[in-house]
Amino acid sequence: MRLVVRAAEVLDAQRLIPIQGAHVDSCLYHGQATLDFVDRLAAGGARVQVPTTLNVGTIDLLHPELWRGDPELAARGRQLMDRYRAIGCRPTYTCAPYQVADARPGPGDQVAWGESNAIVFANSVLGARTNRYGDFLDIAAAVAGRVPDAGLHRTEERAARLVVRVASDVPQALFEDDALYPVLGIVVGRLVGGTVSVIEGLPPGVSEDRLKALGAAAASSGSVALVHVVGSTPEAPTLQAAVQGRDPDAVLTVSFADLWAVRRELSAGEDGPIDAVSLGTPHASASELARVVARLDGRPVATGLEFLISTGRDTLAAAEADGTAQRLRDGGVELLVDTCSYISPILRAPTGRVMTDSGKWAYYAAGNIGATVLFGSLAECVESAVAGRVVRDNRAWTGQ
Amino acid sequence: MIALGRSLAPGAARGTALVLSEPLSLWGGMDPATGLVSEPRHPEHGASLAGTVLVLPSARGSSSSASVLAEAIRVGTAPAAIVIGELDLILALGAAVGEELYGIQVPIVVLAPADLAQIANGAAVEIGSDGTVTV
Repeated sequence: MRLVVRAAEVLDAQRLIPIQGAHVDSCLYHGQATLDFVDRLAAGGARVQVPTTLNVGTIDLLHPELWRGDPELAARGRQLMDRYRAIGCRPTYTCAPYQVADARPGPGDQVAWGESNAIVFANSVLGARTNRYGDFLDIAAAVAGRVPDAGLHRTEERAARLVVRVASDVPQALFEDDALYPVLGIVVGRLVGGTVSVIEGLPPGVSEDRLKALGAAAASSGSVALVHVVGSTPEAPTLQAAVQGRDPDAVLTVSFADLWAVRRELSAGEDGPIDAVSLGTPHASASELARVVARLDGRPVATGLEFLISTGRDTLAAAEADGTAQRLRDGGVELLVDTCSYISPILRAPTGRVMTDSGKWAYYAAGNIGATVLFGSLAECVESAVAGRVVRDNRAWTGQ
Repeated sequence: MIALGRSLAPGAARGTALVLSEPLSLWGGMDPATGLVSEPRHPEHGASLAGTVLVLPSARGSSSSASVLAEAIRVGTAPAAIVIGELDLILALGAAVGEELYGIQVPIVVLAPADLAQIANGAAVEIGSDGTVTV
């Protein structure tokens, strides 16, 4: 509670408000201090007061044999993950808690969420209300059951101050290409930084998987916590609604050339042979797993190529039950839960040439694990995994 | 120069100013084991933060920076104090947890950019417990 009050002082909040749930990112090991902190909480008898999900940790608890790093670090990572469960957190260990059916907050719900992509999804796609809660404060809020009444918890702070308009020179066919959404997210994050914004010019009803990819990328290139999308997110049925009737500070335009430039930039190497494909950042949804199965269509991945999909353990359990997981494994796909391939030593060739469909993975993997990243759509990634080299389908990007 | 800033974390300290020319995310930007700036692209890459009065425009980046600051306080590689150009909740929490767990205060003061610019690299700086910064 002292930490929550300290936060309220820093934010100049006049009062604390109750929350209905929390998502805690503090379970990823960053040194002995992270263990000391949860031990201090537990020693004081702390328990979470609201339903609380856990973000990814250091290791895959269900498949610990996938760890290729220091066993001592793995043991400490496991300890930290266990400690948070012991004080009442639900062991979801996923960066996509919004894909856990009974953990999704509803419109207007006040919550305290950590993990940048989850924060932007909760605010933008679900219409729930959270600030960017990070290490220590997320669990402190869950234990206190309260947060400072400030920022995105307040209706007026959720109005878009910047309008991002997708230019009319962007071909309609591009809206049907998965790769557009993470690319657009990177562009938007750079344009708006931490300011609430609204995207105008996408067709209505953009899918959750695509909004997830867009938001995760925007929260990687900028400190985005809320981005409305006209016609697709609950607080933006219209542009007027998203700006709450006020004049925005600026209207910015994203051209086709801007998108092409970022699409190229996300690939650090030339097309050619690849060592691995990594999907599922943020954690793959059930529909994304099904799309990989459909796209593979019984074909195995290339000999020697590592095809890894990160997902949540709840999503994996459903995929085991309906046979999706077995079909993926039969094709040579490895399924990773509880962690992610860019924060932990999992890939056989982490410094090799790795293809991904994730703007977020492309943004962080080079620095974190030293991968040479090739970026493409989910379909391109699957085709490339089968071929063992980058296979492009650029029709939507070249107008052919 | 004497300037009054807003205190984000309590305490008094003195030390030599290390002025960063660009924002730094402690997560991915500082190795708590050594106290060195570890981000290769950062202009002050390789500089030691340990025991300095760290002066920076803003902290930018991951919320995991709070954990890195707390870990640096534990190891003894943290700055003696931080003077920053904008309000930063994440560093404030890292300092609060470091004090709570290890009893070591790392005062953090927000200064107006014009005052911040008065602090030269290498200057002797004193942080008062009331949020005053004396160069």
